[in-house]
Amino acid sequence: MAEEFAVRMVNVTKTFGHVMANNKVYLELRKGEILSLLGENGSGKTTLMNMLSGIYFPDEGQIFVGGREVTIASPHDAYALGIGMVHQHFKLVDVLTAAENIVLGLPGGVVVDRKAVAKKVRDICSRYGFDVDPDKKVYDMSVSEKQTLEIVKTLYRGAEILILDEPTAVLTPQETEKLFAVMRNMRDDGKSIIIITHKLNEVLAISDRVTVLRHGEYIGDMDTSKADARALTDMMVGRTVTLNIQRDQPVSPQRRLEIRNLTVKDKEGVVRLDDINLDVYAGEILGVAGISGCGQKELLEAIAGLQSAVSGSSVKYRPTGPDGPAEELVGQNPRTIAEKGVRLAFVPEDRLGMGLVASMTLVGNMMLKQYRAGKSPLVDRRHPHELAEQIVRQLEVVTPSIDTPVRKLSGGNVQKVLVGREIAAHPTVLMSAYAVRGLDINTSYTIYRLLNEQKKAGVAVIYVGEDLDVLLQLCDRIAVLCGGRLSGVLDGRTATKEQVGYMMTTLEHKEAGI
Amino acid sequence: MTQLISLLTSAIVFGTVILYGAVGEIITEKSGNLNLGVPGIMYLGGIAGLAAAFFYEMHAAEPVGAIGLVLSFLAAVAASMLGGLIYAFLTITLRANQNVTGLTLTIFGAGLANLFGGSLNNLAGGVGQISVAVTSRAYRAYIPALGGLGNFGKLFFSFGFMAYLAIAIAVAASWFLGRSRVGLNLRAVGEDPATADAAGINVTRYKYLATCVGAAISGLGGLYYTMDYIKGTWSIDGTAEALGWLAVALVIFATWRPLRAIWSAYLFGVLYWAYNYITGLSRGSVELFKMLPYLVTILVLVAVSMRRSKESQPPKSLGLSYFREER
Repeated sequence: MAEEFAVRMVNVTKTFGHVMANNKVYLELRKGEILSLLGENGSGKTTLMNMLSGIYFPDEGQIFVGGREVTIASPHDAYALGIGMVHQHFKLVDVLTAAENIVLGLPGGVVVDRKAVAKKVRDICSRYGFDVDPDKKVYDMSVSEKQTLEIVKTLYRGAEILILDEPTAVLTPQETEKLFAVMRNMRDDGKSIIIITHKLNEVLAISDRVTVLRHGEYIGDMDTSKADARALTDMMVGRTVTLNIQRDQPVSPQRRLEIRNLTVKDKEGVVRLDDINLDVYAGEILGVAGISGCGQKELLEAIAGLQSAVSGSSVKYRPTGPDGPAEELVGQNPRTIAEKGVRLAFVPEDRLGMGLVASMTLVGNMMLKQYRAGKSPLVDRRHPHELAEQIVRQLEVVTPSIDTPVRKLSGGNVQKVLVGREIAAHPTVLMSAYAVRGLDINTSYTIYRLLNEQKKAGVAVIYVGEDLDVLLQLCDRIAVLCGGRLSGVLDGRTATKEQVGYMMTTLEHKEAGI
Repeated sequence: MTQLISLLTSAIVFGTVILYGAVGEIITEKSGNLNLGVPGIMYLGGIAGLAAAFFYEMHAAEPVGAIGLVLSFLAAVAASMLGGLIYAFLTITLRANQNVTGLTLTIFGAGLANLFGGSLNNLAGGVGQISVAVTSRAYRAYIPALGGLGNFGKLFFSFGFMAYLAIAIAVAASWFLGRSRVGLNLRAVGEDPATADAAGINVTRYKYLATCVGAAISGLGGLYYTMDYIKGTWSIDGTAEALGWLAVALVIFATWRPLRAIWSAYLFGVLYWAYNYITGLSRGSVELFKMLPYLVTILVLVAVSMRRSKESQPPKSLGLSYFREER
């Protein structure tokens, strides 16, 4: 019976510090099947697979490959067991050719036999329908070519079990179709494949079975033929957890930001944010939900003047309500926006990269927002000093002194310093991205409290979050993004978790409502 | 014509010193280690070779050139590998900043070498400079029949064996990096250590070996400098350090290619010595001429950056320490 399984992982547990990334997870992969590993961001999918491919070592639990219990301590061990993983971030050397990348680190003669390698590569390609030129340099390849090369690399090394970590995230629909075709070819050839994904339509299209993880725990698995999108969403997002976050009725909310036809393209010309129409009201908290990388970052940065938008896009700022004067924010930079008297506060996702300077002290970081204040040629140190002291006192920041570099602070204290500084500037719009990520419960509640205070003070608060329970219990309205488009806007008081989860993963919902 | 031949031969001697330095540094940099300690390592190689030859000649009743040669060669290799090992330990194991470590190594090597160079001068009699004439002669020996073939012989066969060894090492390094399996792995380490690690390559071992072997080759430049360029003496005029920096510049000029480094080294030599063959130069203009090699390096750097050719770029992870990812 056990021989049917290519891989079985039993009670696998992995913790990072005090974060439990995987808790007694169970996974079985049958020979010659495609298994989807489904879950939200941070549900532990990649961690679990990294343990199978030798990147991480499990704290507890057993792994069986081909019915035999094994220890996988390095990628080397994984290859020896016929397990190959294609990571989201490709592991390829740009200046080397496809063939050179494939043989990298393999044992063999003093000189690489390029002809033999090229022949074997072509054999693999013709067998499964890949298209790889062995002599092409990686820097000349498109993303999809690189991915193909990664898959061929694992096959060249004799992988019987393939793990693909969100392979379609970087592909166009046509490329995805092509990938699925070769995946089916590989399966029919007897390979066993695990595909990590959070896209329901892909789960249904490609896989034979699906295993669902949530918050690092095994929720269940089922045959795809018996599954449907609704059922899978329910498994993915789970039951609602009551958090007792305070939420007051907004007091006379007024329209403060009018986002119209906002479209943002990245450097490669890929559309990251597609025709967004959204209003943000003063005195309310607007939640933004979505799988990560669906345009949240671009949305906030476009408002903050850090991201240029396609012409025709507009973000109007109305300090005194819908009928008052308006300032156009698109096409400006943070400095010109500030000079117009628009007080935007931004708590970015990357706290120690964009938010604060890690090696500077608390005082120095306060100064970053005030260095142009005053007329003296010397920088004013007194006010930043006072502000730092005030933040430490009011938000109970644990730090040896205000002259400590912020990188020495714990994640929660770093966030308090950042939020404290942003709020101190008396913003009219407060944007936060993943404000409670990695924070303990108490600090999280402190952050919720601060956001609520701002809401009460008439600030337009935008809260980009990943925990649906928090979004549903903190926010007055929730805008759901899916693949760079607005799936819809829901009332935070009546929306259900399933509803949000479904809209995050499917675009068909097009509810009117700005 | 005589003038031209004379310029070219001095350019070749000059070029050989920096060719060693540069080829060693190319090997090191291909592992992602930017070792700015090349001048210091060349100093170490030079003084170790000189000291070995000196003590041998002092104690042997009838010094034999060949023995002095072997002893000084081994001493130079050992001392410069030790220099490379210090650098490797600091930057790879302790993850110290590569630039700081390299510069420190240069200061250390120069200081140590000049300390011992001065002491050797004292041992040799206190006044004047030491000389290891017998060993130096062995280094500079060439086949008279070939060297005597007029200008042709002068240009191609009038050098000591180390001038040819330098070319051989450069050719071998080129083959090693471009063709061999270990060379391929080494390049991957310097480009993208995380990828190399995932492919099962022992990144730490590659970095250590490349740095030590590279240092040994660079150190030979110092040995050649003391034994051939200044004919078995010691000078504290700082030329050795200047040549060390030129070797670093040569790495960039040659865009990390050992074969290109060969002719570039000689070109640097021609540019460096050109002032000697232009009549009527003031002292000031002489110094300007000596600047030429650095100037062309800057021009190459600008040209390479503007062309953005992927092939002419430094190894991608050059100067960065490698941490295996942990969350």
